[in-house]
Amino acid sequence: MRRIISILMENEPGALSRIVGLFSQRGYNIDTLTVAPTDDETLSRLTLTTSGDERKIEQITKQLNKLIEVAKLVDLSEGAHVERELMLVKLKATGAQRAEIKRTVDIFRGQIIDVTPALYTVQLVGDSSKLDAFVDSVGEASVLEVVRSGVSGIGRGDKMLAL
Amino acid sequence: MELLSGGDLLVRSLEAEGVEQIFGYPGGSVLHIYDALYRHKTIEHFLVRHEQAAAHMADGYARVTGEVGVVLATSGPGATNTITGIATAYMDSIPMVILSGQVPGHLVGEDAFQETDMLGVSRPVVKHSFAVKSADEIPEVIKKAFYIANTGRKGPVLIDLPKNVTNPADLFEYKQPGKVVMRSYNPVSRGHSGQIKKAVDEILKAKRPIIYSGGGVVQGDSSELLVKLVEKLGCPITSTLMGLGAYPCGGDQFVGMLGMHGTYEANMAMHHSDVILAVGARFDDRVTNNTAKFCPDATIIHIDIDPASISKTISADIPIVGSVHQVLTDMLVQLEKVKDGIDDEALKSWWGRVKEWQVKDCLKYSVADGEKMKPQQVVETLCKVTNGDAIVTSDVGQHQMFAAQYYKFKRPRQWINSGGLGTMGFGLPSAMGAQVAYPNETVVCVTGEGSIQMNIQELSTCLQYRLPIKIININNQSLGMVKQWQDMQYDKRHSHSYMESLPDFVKLVEAYGHVGMRVDHFADLEAAMEECFALKDRLVFMDIYVDPNEHVYPMSIAGGAMKDMILSKTERT
Repeated sequence: MRRIISILMENEPGALSRIVGLFSQRGYNIDTLTVAPTDDETLSRLTLTTSGDERKIEQITKQLNKLIEVAKLVDLSEGAHVERELMLVKLKATGAQRAEIKRTVDIFRGQIIDVTPALYTVQLVGDSSKLDAFVDSVGEASVLEVVRSGVSGIGRGDKMLAL
Repeated sequence: MELLSGGDLLVRSLEAEGVEQIFGYPGGSVLHIYDALYRHKTIEHFLVRHEQAAAHMADGYARVTGEVGVVLATSGPGATNTITGIATAYMDSIPMVILSGQVPGHLVGEDAFQETDMLGVSRPVVKHSFAVKSADEIPEVIKKAFYIANTGRKGPVLIDLPKNVTNPADLFEYKQPGKVVMRSYNPVSRGHSGQIKKAVDEILKAKRPIIYSGGGVVQGDSSELLVKLVEKLGCPITSTLMGLGAYPCGGDQFVGMLGMHGTYEANMAMHHSDVILAVGARFDDRVTNNTAKFCPDATIIHIDIDPASISKTISADIPIVGSVHQVLTDMLVQLEKVKDGIDDEALKSWWGRVKEWQVKDCLKYSVADGEKMKPQQVVETLCKVTNGDAIVTSDVGQHQMFAAQYYKFKRPRQWINSGGLGTMGFGLPSAMGAQVAYPNETVVCVTGEGSIQMNIQELSTCLQYRLPIKIININNQSLGMVKQWQDMQYDKRHSHSYMESLPDFVKLVEAYGHVGMRVDHFADLEAAMEECFALKDRLVFMDIYVDPNEHVYPMSIAGGAMKDMILSKTERT
């Protein structure tokens, strides 16, 4: 089962390598990973997606919690949450295709952020499945390059991950 | 205002932590530190012959004292040589601080001479690590490192010190750091009171309870509490390899070590129990055998300071996260409060079954006339001659298991071995660390001709510091445990498990300036050992030739339940 684990950690050199190292050391997978400092610059927020059964996820969260620099973490997928991923995608856009792609971008509420006579570069935000659906809709033949940010997420309502 | 260089700040900070002895080896990147040690003269430094031994010495020192062991090594090879020692300490949760030199900051990343990314290399085997960027950070980093190493689930902490940081030309004010406060590190001490109540109720309801105690009791200095609990509950107690001595091996309720080479009665009692109280033990694969078949009827209560140890391999029914010391204290209080006591009838009949298993006398071994001496005889004689009082370290292999099975440990921190990592070469240097900590105690290293050669150069260190260790070399002229597995699982194809060209150990130790003795016959053993231990101020190496074909039994059957054991070359459960 896919899980989104969100971590609040000390913004210190080496902290990220410890987290990534832990996954390879213990044979867990990281599917996506995104990290940046928070409003408090001494803290970083790291969000990763992984998969595994209940027991494996429990071990992952416990092992992560043991890392000295990890201050707090939450498995967002355990409760109501919002998840978003940013995608930049370069598409072939010539002839009749050009208008069709523009329409698809509108339907997905994406934005065209760069244009050449033969290309559109599209920015799209949504949960991962929406981004997948967009790529499917425009068709692989049109897709020249895809950049995805990895999943970021936050709890719904008054649930907060803070110190 | 007193101004100090980084090297001096380091020594001052170690003093502030109460460090009196450290173990290391100098080199280019740590010369400023060595100079500071030379000038201060407050900290005794033990010069090893290989940095791995420095780490094991610090480890042995930490295991016998409960204090943090300190290692000092230079950058590059000096630091990487400590890795096996660090990993050994990590696996057994031993508090240690490793000071590793590093090339000057401006050269880091340039593949400079003797540069290694020690933070990267050590990352999987340390509890935490620090890179010092400026000398004024040293006091606080040292304070934090000691705090992290010796609280919660203990472990090694590495501090990487670039040479420029200890430069004698750069002076800083020494400020005594205050109490360590870390928002992201707050080890739990007190266990959940509701869980403790539940656990006590469950134990009192039990018909066939057993206590399974581990290294956490030793590390948590909770031996007395454990003994009280065992007496109060009246049930059998078994121990892991790492927990031996926390409850005396000669105690009435002790049913022996459990696991792969545990006793028949310990493994049978575990398998047939209805409640297991695991105290500071981690259900390691050498204990559980096949987890799917593990103790089918047992409700499992698991006390551990590390939440990640709970339900890692075996699901706990009642998990209690907390320090063993605090949880046992609370548990004893709770036991006092509860009116309905133990079911004496059930306990009596449970002991009846356990005693039947004990009748099997699974540790008996036979010695036919004219046969070579048995390794078991060596350990039994050692126990007799030392009155079971010696601090015993071991290496890894058959001799380690024989020592664990046949030496009757009386107290915690008396049995020192590499249980988790299984590091050959650990025995001698850890004995050295123990002897440094307790110069007047009898320290014995039980080893084999394979393991001892992995750090034999330390005989030289032993001479330098006059460490009167007694080395019991159980010489079966083969890598016994490997050979045993090859006998049992590889149709006796002894692929690289025998030691050809063994040195004459007696001559070798004499060359190092010590006393060597060789014993070939059991008839001579006790007298020779008496003679060995009478030489109080000398290191004595006893090279004892034993039967190369002996196996360690009982031995669990791979893939089976705990009750499935091979009891001898001809008998299985």
